[in-house]
Amino acid sequence: MLYINCPHCGMRSQNEFSYGGDASVIRPLLEKEVSDKEWDDFVYNRKSLRGKHLELWQHIFGCRQWIKVERDTATHEIFRTFKADEEFAK
Amino acid sequence: MTQNFRIENGGLINKDKKLSFKFNGKSYFGYEGDTLASALLANGVHLVGRSFKYHRPRGFFGAGVDEPYAVVQLYRNGETEPNIKATEQELFEGLEAKSVNCWPSVNFDIGAINNFLRIFLPAGFYYKTFMWPKSFWYRVYEPFIRKAAGLGVASTKHDKERYEHKYEYCDLLIAGSGPSGLASAYAAAKNGAKVILAEDKPRFGGTLLTSDVNIGNQSGKDWSEGIISELKEMPNVIVKNRSQIFGYYDHNMLVMSEKVSDHLPKTKKYHPNKRLWYIRAKEVLISSGSIERPIVFGNNDTPGVMLSSAAKEYLKVYGVLVGKKPLVFTNNDSGYETAIEFKKNGIDPVILDSRKNPSSEIIDEAKNLGINIKLSYVVVAAQGYKKVKSADVASISEDKKKLGKIENIKCDCICVSGFWTPTIHLASQSGNKTKFKEEIDAFVPGQSKQNETTLGAANGIFSLEETLKTSMEAGSELSKKITKTDNKISIPNIVEKKSSQHDKFWCVPLPKGKNYKRFLDFQNDVAVSDIEIALREGYRSIEHVKRYTTLGMATDQGKTSNLNGLQLVSEIENKVVPSVGHTTFRPPYTPVSIGAIVGREVGKHSKPTRKSPMHSWHEKNNAIFVDAGVWLRPRYYKIGNENLFEASKREAKNVRTNVGVCDVTTLGKIDVKGPDAAELLNRVYTNAWLKLPVGKARYGVMLREDGIVMDDGTTTRISENHYHMTTTTAQAANVLSHLEYYLQLVWPELNVNVVSTTEQWAGAAIAGPKSRNVLQKLFPNLDVSNEGLPFMGYAEGDLFGVKARIFRISFSGELAYEINVESDNGNFMWEKIIEVGEEFRIQPYGTEALSTLRIEMGHVAGSELDGRTIPYDNGLEGLVSKKKDFIGKRSLQKKAFVTEDRQRVVGVVPLDKKTSIPEGSHLVKDANAPLPNPKLGHISASCWSVEYDNPFSLAILKDGKNMIGEKLYVMSPLKNKVIPVEIVSSHYVDPKGERVRS
Repeated sequence: MLYINCPHCGMRSQNEFSYGGDASVIRPLLEKEVSDKEWDDFVYNRKSLRGKHLELWQHIFGCRQWIKVERDTATHEIFRTFKADEEFAK
Repeated sequence: MTQNFRIENGGLINKDKKLSFKFNGKSYFGYEGDTLASALLANGVHLVGRSFKYHRPRGFFGAGVDEPYAVVQLYRNGETEPNIKATEQELFEGLEAKSVNCWPSVNFDIGAINNFLRIFLPAGFYYKTFMWPKSFWYRVYEPFIRKAAGLGVASTKHDKERYEHKYEYCDLLIAGSGPSGLASAYAAAKNGAKVILAEDKPRFGGTLLTSDVNIGNQSGKDWSEGIISELKEMPNVIVKNRSQIFGYYDHNMLVMSEKVSDHLPKTKKYHPNKRLWYIRAKEVLISSGSIERPIVFGNNDTPGVMLSSAAKEYLKVYGVLVGKKPLVFTNNDSGYETAIEFKKNGIDPVILDSRKNPSSEIIDEAKNLGINIKLSYVVVAAQGYKKVKSADVASISEDKKKLGKIENIKCDCICVSGFWTPTIHLASQSGNKTKFKEEIDAFVPGQSKQNETTLGAANGIFSLEETLKTSMEAGSELSKKITKTDNKISIPNIVEKKSSQHDKFWCVPLPKGKNYKRFLDFQNDVAVSDIEIALREGYRSIEHVKRYTTLGMATDQGKTSNLNGLQLVSEIENKVVPSVGHTTFRPPYTPVSIGAIVGREVGKHSKPTRKSPMHSWHEKNNAIFVDAGVWLRPRYYKIGNENLFEASKREAKNVRTNVGVCDVTTLGKIDVKGPDAAELLNRVYTNAWLKLPVGKARYGVMLREDGIVMDDGTTTRISENHYHMTTTTAQAANVLSHLEYYLQLVWPELNVNVVSTTEQWAGAAIAGPKSRNVLQKLFPNLDVSNEGLPFMGYAEGDLFGVKARIFRISFSGELAYEINVESDNGNFMWEKIIEVGEEFRIQPYGTEALSTLRIEMGHVAGSELDGRTIPYDNGLEGLVSKKKDFIGKRSLQKKAFVTEDRQRVVGVVPLDKKTSIPEGSHLVKDANAPLPNPKLGHISASCWSVEYDNPFSLAILKDGKNMIGEKLYVMSPLKNKVIPVEIVSSHYVDPKGERVRS
């Protein structure tokens, strides 16, 4: 079970969180013309990386905040966590 | 009755307390502190089971967790439990156990014929022998194998025992209380670290209980007792016996199973049977010790052949002689220690040592005691069927290839020592890259992945002095980093006998003309010949060899077999062991009760039960409840002998003709507040929200980004910046997360707050032509006229002194209102509604009637919004704004979503107007078409229309728009029904929606 540092609450076990997928996906702006490919990339196409992955988790049984977690998908090592609005350096 | 194999003095058992027990129906007695194994051995019982595949007689091989054979079925407290190791089960008064994998009895086992048919049961026999004829697999082979194989029977009864889960955090978790565990725990505890020390056995001390050593002028056992009692006194230390750490998971999370009651005849009231600990540790110290390795020789599975360390443990801990004419077969000094213990108790052992010329203090002691030692000698084969009677022995050449003349020595047990295998399971589970250590012919932990350190014998260190020194250092260093305290402790003076180098010898060659079975894996009956076959047949990877032959599988996880298996593969393949590698060690290290894993989350507690504030009223009025998500909702209210069908029909009919009241508390409710609340709703819902006036409600549909309908409900503008959103019961939590996602991540610029208010409001829906009369009675001062409170209107009122929200919304298709009051007033509201509604013949109605009413009105719900449909499919395309953008809009342009013959909701009526249509049935054009009959759609919801008094269903049908009036067939192979039907509009009742606006 992962041990995740919620930037709002501190170290908490995985069972307080729910997983939210790839955090690097950016929703196209509203009212903007979007090509089929752009839209499919946003809705469906994910890389399923092996290695460092920036992903979303929601602290659903805690502060209910969505957070960003930089995690290695192979080793489960967590490098850093961010608040939803926090910038991260690649 | 005397115990022939119990010594007069010695052992750590309590001879003042006799315990009687039964094994295979026969009564015996043992002492407090015995295990089932030691008590049976004290009574001279060696035959405990039959082997997995060949049903060969099996006895005891180990004295603890390493035992591969002595798996029994235990009967305790009216319950039965399989897969219990007799070597781990502590004796209690009245214990009952039986052998497994034998029929009709362990002494006369019909399955033993497999032993003579073994030519047909080689490696991979499942895949080879039972392939033809094909039809025989289910009828003959599989039932036979199921009966013949297996390690016990699971109880089919409800488990009455209680199991608990516990979460714990600590600085250092130490697995195993042998010398390394004690030393590191003591050092860390002295530095003030929070320490958990876990021992799987009932007694602390590990090998210190059996070895002849001296620490600080005390015996090993006395030293360990002193340390333990000191640790127990310290507030920063948790010391647990009977607790097995069986799994090492991510981020230093370990799981431990504590046997709280297994050693007692009956679990104490309010005590658990087992407690599962989830422990998050900053540092983990693995002091799990090592397990003695067998040497492979002919018939090495005969009862009476056992590990020499086990024989020593039975003697020193339990005061039990495993035999009176022991033969010790060893390739290292450990066998000598066992022989010395026998000799000290007046028994004359014979030592066979494969080495030519070993010399050490231990060997000198054995010599001085006059023990018969035969060097360069090996056991070729054990003789005896249900018990060892003698051993064929021979001298062996220095290259270990040639045997001398075979002699026969009478003996009643053979104690084997093939040196030691570090227990690296936990380290390996943690992701540690293990490495092969030539000096000890075994794998030891290498590079750590997590914060884990392996100590002592588990790390391949077999000298006590080095173990204590390195373990104390590790405990002290690791704790110092955490507590910033450095309380130096001194290393005590240690006296131990030095050992000589072991012999790299593990398998006795077969003598000419003999074909003895030489077992590697005792639990799974894998012999040398099986591995040879697998390799001959082309299996190379050790992982494949494992699966083909079952080497190292099952509950044993290769504790005694692993290395010998690897040695064999590497020898045949002409490779070195490290290049063969070992198979993956997987948790659990030992079997764990399913009950312990489940914990308290059983029955009623498997999920929370949520009840509305009106629950007790429903109960008093004969409601029959149904699970709706986590909620309990009345399905119908039973009057007299009514069944579900009759009651729901009556309730629905009463809504259509008079008035009904339904508990709608369970609907999800979300408060949406803030200056940008309307903008958020406008982006979340498919229809327009910016111009909704205060005091008005609107129905909305929300999509996922992929265009599929996520949920629907009404949202009411309570005041300028305050909206009250409702969701379906099932989607409430998902919708909240969905809104939070967009507010926090996608549109943080929106100034809106959302919070769940589901439990803050109790809700009642009053529906039917007379609902206005009821409302007027409830709120005499409120203008409830069609003009005063129009359809989709909202008002606030005073319900006999209680603040209420009134929504004119309808799910039933009738004139209807929903009243919300604060939850505490829910029951008050409900009783008032019933009271004032009496003159209008009000009746409560449950979810079944609610379904009927919505189905015949053609209102879509969960069964149509099933995660596969878009707005068009549900006839909701009119709610999809063309002017503005919203979540999921772009997806609705997808080709598949705009095809001409797109599926759509329709109504279905049986032609005979009588036959009920099963939900989930398929719609087809031709009932007699060859299979697979092309499916045109499926029945999503069915009811008995109370308006027309005939069955009516909703279906999602291909090209539903153009199918109205068509005749099709409903097919349900499950119910064996073919029903001719007509497709009609989904709006079966009041298609123009006049009633809700009346």
